[in-house]
Amino acid sequence: MPVNDYIRKRFFPHMWCPGCGHGIVLNALLRAVEALGLDKQDIVMVSGIGCSARISGYVDFHSMHTLHGRALAFATGIKMSKPELNVIVPMGDGDALAIGGNHFIHASRRNIDMTAIVMNNRIYGMTGGQFSPLSGYGTMGTTVPYGNIDQAFNTVDLAVSSGATFVARTTAYHVGELEEFIKQAISHKGFSVLEVLSQCPTHFGRRNKAGDAVEMLEGYKKQTARIGSKKKQDNPELIERGIFVEKEQTEYCTEYESVISRAQGK
Amino acid sequence: MEKCRFLFSGSGGQGVITAAILLAEAAVRFESLNAVQSQSYGAAARGGAARSDVIIWDKPIYFPGVIQPNVLICLTQEAFDKYQSTIRPGGYLVTDSDLVKNPAFVDARRVELAFQKTVMEKIGKPVVLNICLLGAIVELTGLVRLDSVKELIRKRFSPSFHEINLKALDLGAQLLRNHKKL
Amino acid sequence: MENNDVRFIQGNEVCAEAALYAGLGLFAGYPITPSTEIAEHLALRLPQEGGKFLQMEDEISSLCAVIGASLTGKKTLTATSGPGFSLMQEALGYAIMAEIPCVIVNVMRGGPSTGLPTHAGQGDVMQARWGTHGDHAMVALTASNHADIFRMTVEAFNIAETYRTPVILLLDEVVGHLREKIRIPEPGEISLVARLRTAVAHGVDYHPYLPREDGRLPMSDFGDVHRYNVTGLYHDMWGFPTEKPEIVYGLIRHLVDKIENYSEKMTRFRKYHTKDAETLFVSYGAAARSALHLVENRRKRGERIGLLELNTLWPFPADIVREAAAKVDFVLVVEMNIGQVMREVKLAVDNPDKVFLANRIDGQLITPTDIRNILRVIHGKGV
Repeated sequence: MPVNDYIRKRFFPHMWCPGCGHGIVLNALLRAVEALGLDKQDIVMVSGIGCSARISGYVDFHSMHTLHGRALAFATGIKMSKPELNVIVPMGDGDALAIGGNHFIHASRRNIDMTAIVMNNRIYGMTGGQFSPLSGYGTMGTTVPYGNIDQAFNTVDLAVSSGATFVARTTAYHVGELEEFIKQAISHKGFSVLEVLSQCPTHFGRRNKAGDAVEMLEGYKKQTARIGSKKKQDNPELIERGIFVEKEQTEYCTEYESVISRAQGK
Repeated sequence: MEKCRFLFSGSGGQGVITAAILLAEAAVRFESLNAVQSQSYGAAARGGAARSDVIIWDKPIYFPGVIQPNVLICLTQEAFDKYQSTIRPGGYLVTDSDLVKNPAFVDARRVELAFQKTVMEKIGKPVVLNICLLGAIVELTGLVRLDSVKELIRKRFSPSFHEINLKALDLGAQLLRNHKKL
Repeated sequence: MENNDVRFIQGNEVCAEAALYAGLGLFAGYPITPSTEIAEHLALRLPQEGGKFLQMEDEISSLCAVIGASLTGKKTLTATSGPGFSLMQEALGYAIMAEIPCVIVNVMRGGPSTGLPTHAGQGDVMQARWGTHGDHAMVALTASNHADIFRMTVEAFNIAETYRTPVILLLDEVVGHLREKIRIPEPGEISLVARLRTAVAHGVDYHPYLPREDGRLPMSDFGDVHRYNVTGLYHDMWGFPTEKPEIVYGLIRHLVDKIENYSEKMTRFRKYHTKDAETLFVSYGAAARSALHLVENRRKRGERIGLLELNTLWPFPADIVREAAAKVDFVLVVEMNIGQVMREVKLAVDNPDKVFLANRIDGQLITPTDIRNILRVIHGKGV
């Protein structure tokens, strides 16, 4: 099936800025879904609020554009109710880890079979460039005009310690890896977290002198390295990419089936 | 019949609320009467004051609170001091003779029984104090048959607790019968 | 002989059993006094019936999960009390905007804030109506006794499905914790409204947000053949976001009118001795028990007192109140707040000066004596 068949043409053109990394994520997502041979009928895309959240409208799956930060909570209800559905939750960094931080750690803890894609552009783009919990110390944003004093979360560490059973990170520059990780995250039985560093030239780039989209993408190439690579050993400051955790653990909906069996005395 | 209002009071953990529920439930399920049961409690799970209101009647019961009980049950001095003035003239005041001192001045038909002492002597487990109390209340008021409460205990409690509770119930009923003879 | 038809359980358990009777498929909630027994009872009972129970991380996620699950075709419920109800307000608005059926029980306690967790209040009547932001219509039901808790819980599900809307059931600490006799109706005794699903065939353009002539919108389950978008933004008939003024206007009118235009069909109430009443009580929930107690007692002495007990609080049954109050000398609204329903009654009746309030706001159930004392003052007899 051509990738075009996975999008809702009525919804286009999309609302993302020129140079935004989110379109690359959408592209990789559709290729991953196609490669996995998933039926559009079996996929539910649930998103919150923000630039990243608009992705759910563009795809021709069952889609739900919900409240800021709450996508995982809505998704939990959907998945629990109909476990046979494939639930994918694209989120922004503020969406996932500020207002939605509590839902993020609890969905991880439950190990409910969903795929959370955290599109991390280190800024609140839609509202015009305020700092997010992933902006990091010393960055600039409209609500940190004198420089950011907030420390950033490490999304991967947070997901791992909260109990997510598949945790990976890549960037919008590494498109092959991105598609591959999305495929693995969707295929994994349990709660999957994929952090994707996705450039926002309009707000983060401009305010932090990170350059235009091309320069930011090149930055991802230079500032990251595969887990355990020589590049990383040579330069410990680099951000690691790769799969940090992939483990088998009984999934939440499966566990609940056994609760039903116990309740029914089977 | 006359509307019968019970106020069960004591401290949390004594089981007065359970006793109140069993009495009211037996009236509804076995005697075709109407009953309401409510309780007031604070944030503490154990200790503190416990209170439960029960009304039993053969007509519909709307206001569920007991303001002036026909039967006031107090298992602690604190509860007695708090509620003794609410009892209806001529009503029954049921207290534990070792736990509540000086109920003599209250204008009521006093039923002072050694529930705790008897339970400890005859059964040795303080946990069935409330069921012993219930046996006396059932025998005193005659609204619910003792057999109905026994049947309810068999339905509501797990089998390993049947014997001890049925024994406590009979013990309470016997205490009351002995008291009447006096 | 045991009467096997009756049970002696708490109001909260009655509510949970009624939800199962109505076909509940999923409950999501967070423990909070005095509503917790609903969650506890459903944690036990739902899996026995093959349903799903979720204890979420907070009340926000609870209502979100309930809304999500409803889109898969299940009847869904959450239960909470004041503080949790406050947290649910944003998701409540989402359910209104996206037209997703679900039922929210609020077992009211004393507020504001943490207030009186284990004591009674009825202070959330206005929050139920106006708690979520923006213009909207709202359906809120209430009950004072076990038979009505059962009836109104089933009714809440029926209204939610019929009008594709969230429905609030306002109980209170007194009726939620009270034990009294209940006969659980037989299957079929109360009619149930099933989810209205679209007949549009696979491959044919389905409009999830295009109302039929009668205002109803047939749904399609997530996972079924029609893939559509659901959003809290103003949206067109496909569920796609839009800012076009004519579509925005049409949608907000539809959301309000689909409830307000059918308010008569959602109005439930009971009248006691109202025909020749000179004094009319208007009450609901636990307070109505005290009002009825007084009415029955004083009637025996020839006093012409009647009670209009409201089971539907929103849309407010103004016509019913106006009609019942038309010939009386005094209207006494009995409630456990500072006059939330009284304001509506004053707006409804022809002469608001004859409307008075009998209330208690100290966490205690208002007593028949409290009401009687206020009545004496109104009648010019002093306390």
